Amino acid sequence: MIDENSKTILSVQGLRANINGTEILKGIDLTVKSGEIHAIMGLNGSGKSTFAKVLAGHSAYEITGGSVQFEGNNLLELLPEERARAGLFLAFQYPIEIPGVANTQFLRLAYNTVQTKRGKEELDPLEFDDFVREKMKLLEMKPDFLDRSVNEGFSGGEKKRNEILQMALLEPKLSILDETDSGLDIDALKIVANGVNQIANKNNATILVTHYQRLLDYIVPDFVHVMQAGRIVMTGGKELALELETRGYDWVNENKSVTGVIA
Amino acid sequence: MSAVLQSLVNQPYKHGFVTEIESDIAPKGLNEDIIRLISTKKNEPEWLLSFRLKAYQKWLTMIEPEWQNVHYPKIDFQSISYYSAPKPRQKLASMDEVDPELLRTFEKLGVPMHERAALAGVAVDVIFDSVSVATTYKEKLAEVGIIFCSISEAVQNHPELIQKYLGSVVPVGDNYFAALNSAVFTDGSFCFIPKGIKCPMDLSTYFRINTEGSGQFERTLIIAEEGASVCYLEGCTAPRFDTNQLHAAVVELIALDNADIKYSTVQNWYAGDENGVGGIYNFVTKRGLAKGVNSRISWTQVETGSAITWKYPSCILRGDNSVGEFYSVAVTNNYQQADTGTKMIHIGKNTRSTIVSKGISAGHSNSSYRGLVRITPAAEGARNYSQCDSMLIGDQSGAHTFPYIQVQNNSAIVEHEASTSKIGEDQLFYFSQRGIDAEEAVSMIINGFCKDVFQQLPMEFAVEATKLLSFKLEGSVG
Repeated sequence: MIDENSKTILSVQGLRANINGTEILKGIDLTVKSGEIHAIMGLNGSGKSTFAKVLAGHSAYEITGGSVQFEGNNLLELLPEERARAGLFLAFQYPIEIPGVANTQFLRLAYNTVQTKRGKEELDPLEFDDFVREKMKLLEMKPDFLDRSVNEGFSGGEKKRNEILQMALLEPKLSILDETDSGLDIDALKIVANGVNQIANKNNATILVTHYQRLLDYIVPDFVHVMQAGRIVMTGGKELALELETRGYDWVNENKSVTGVIA
Repeated sequence: MSAVLQSLVNQPYKHGFVTEIESDIAPKGLNEDIIRLISTKKNEPEWLLSFRLKAYQKWLTMIEPEWQNVHYPKIDFQSISYYSAPKPRQKLASMDEVDPELLRTFEKLGVPMHERAALAGVAVDVIFDSVSVATTYKEKLAEVGIIFCSISEAVQNHPELIQKYLGSVVPVGDNYFAALNSAVFTDGSFCFIPKGIKCPMDLSTYFRINTEGSGQFERTLIIAEEGASVCYLEGCTAPRFDTNQLHAAVVELIALDNADIKYSTVQNWYAGDENGVGGIYNFVTKRGLAKGVNSRISWTQVETGSAITWKYPSCILRGDNSVGEFYSVAVTNNYQQADTGTKMIHIGKNTRSTIVSKGISAGHSNSSYRGLVRITPAAEGARNYSQCDSMLIGDQSGAHTFPYIQVQNNSAIVEHEASTSKIGEDQLFYFSQRGIDAEEAVSMIINGFCKDVFQQLPMEFAVEATKLLSFKLEGSVG
């Protein structure tokens, strides 16, 4: 949903980052405004997941250049937890398992921590239970899911739904979904996509990091960016994804100088 | 026996009985005279003196074990004073004199105010009337015929029980440290639950009178007669400082037919500082004899303190259908070393044992699980389930598992599962991405990891243990 009056949520300029001395991000520029859905596509190793993790503040990466503004503040000087509390959310490609910790316990701690930092009221366990069950309907989750250990023994689809549930609970300004579609069958994909669509509104924004066009059949992006060797080499509308699907990534190499970067 | 030991053993009896020692602290060193002194001071019967002397003679022939995965300088047993009358600790006049670090610990653990004072050694007789609490407690137990007192009192008042059971589970020559304890133990707890009685409350060392000064060579004996049951809680989550570096305790449990003993420990002795200086060497022998049919011995331990922990609470499952359980959390941080586990000896038919061990190592520490499951030829239909999980925090710590399984009966079913996990960057990143900081993340991961053990603890103990773990691991990540 592109709107002339929308505010800039994320502004990335010339972002460069290394891991163990190897440069992965080689100057990324991206602007995301409220109400927008962006898709970042690219082959494995193009740097798209790294970009997601760098925005969220993973400590393994070293920022070597550029800037990132998040709602007008310097994102790069915030700790990962501060970024989360400020409203940046990352749905993980591989969510971790936490044996022995009930999902409801984890979700409530995350929710209450973030609420408190935002100056809002915490919910007690009973209030939270009502609240989380309502959100779970969005993702067609069974109630027993709350009592199971976090992600332990979850199927791929359950893990991804759990990520989107957390996104629904934490009400982020910017959600980054890292390969959320990977490992999902078509039914699970529809449920997850439906959840994401219901959470998206004119005040927040979403970045979908994905390899395949498939997800974009269900979550329709306003912008599609193609990433290659640590840079965004091509930007277009939703039709760019279809183009990629039929022509493949080699087509990008042949055409990137022609199409240029428009965003 | 080496020549030196030979000459020691055969030393002529130099001073006769050492009455000339007027002081309440024996001179350093260990010899028969010292043992006679201890026995006399405590007004013990002749058989107990022989028990001690026999243990001492055994000890002289033994060598200090070196198989454990811990390293420490040799202990000089001749530089220890083996007897001092319960010496009142030097009382501090007010809380202002207490080490602020200690106060911070109490604060973190949520120790009640009056307990803080007592633990820190402030004179609190006025605020904390422990005697009256203990008296009420004792009266209630006496009504149902339960004996719960110090082992010294029991020697005076119930000598027949002590003579019958002392050393019956851990023989005087069982191992180096048990032999030493048998020779020189000064005090400890005694607990007797008569036939058919379910102890109406959890028994705790906290409420036992005369606990002071019994720390170094503690001796505990718990007997549950036919159909009796008891839960015994040892220790306290607040840190305990002690000037004695070596601790060598012995605990013996005896369960007769259909009896049930559950023994829970939270050990938080001084662990040394962050550079590994100081700290208690804790060499403990704990063993339960499930003597009768359908009897059950259950050990639950949360080991967080001591510079060195060497302990293997064990079960001898002699009665048919008897059950042995061992639930353990061992946490090491900084330069602590722990070598702990259990032994399950299946003798009776259809005996069952469960082992759940959780080791957590942070800093430069090292934690080892060492466990033996032995199914003897007679143990028809025996079953064991063992689960040993290790968790590493940071990249300087170590975890080791040494399972020994000996099966001599074909009908046995023995299962062993082990896992190692790590709290690393990715785990913490996941939490932080949900707004949760590292300290809270570690606390949640650890408590989840230890859940199977914590749920065996009485509730208030479990709450304390949870806080204790978070506190112990504070600053170990991030």
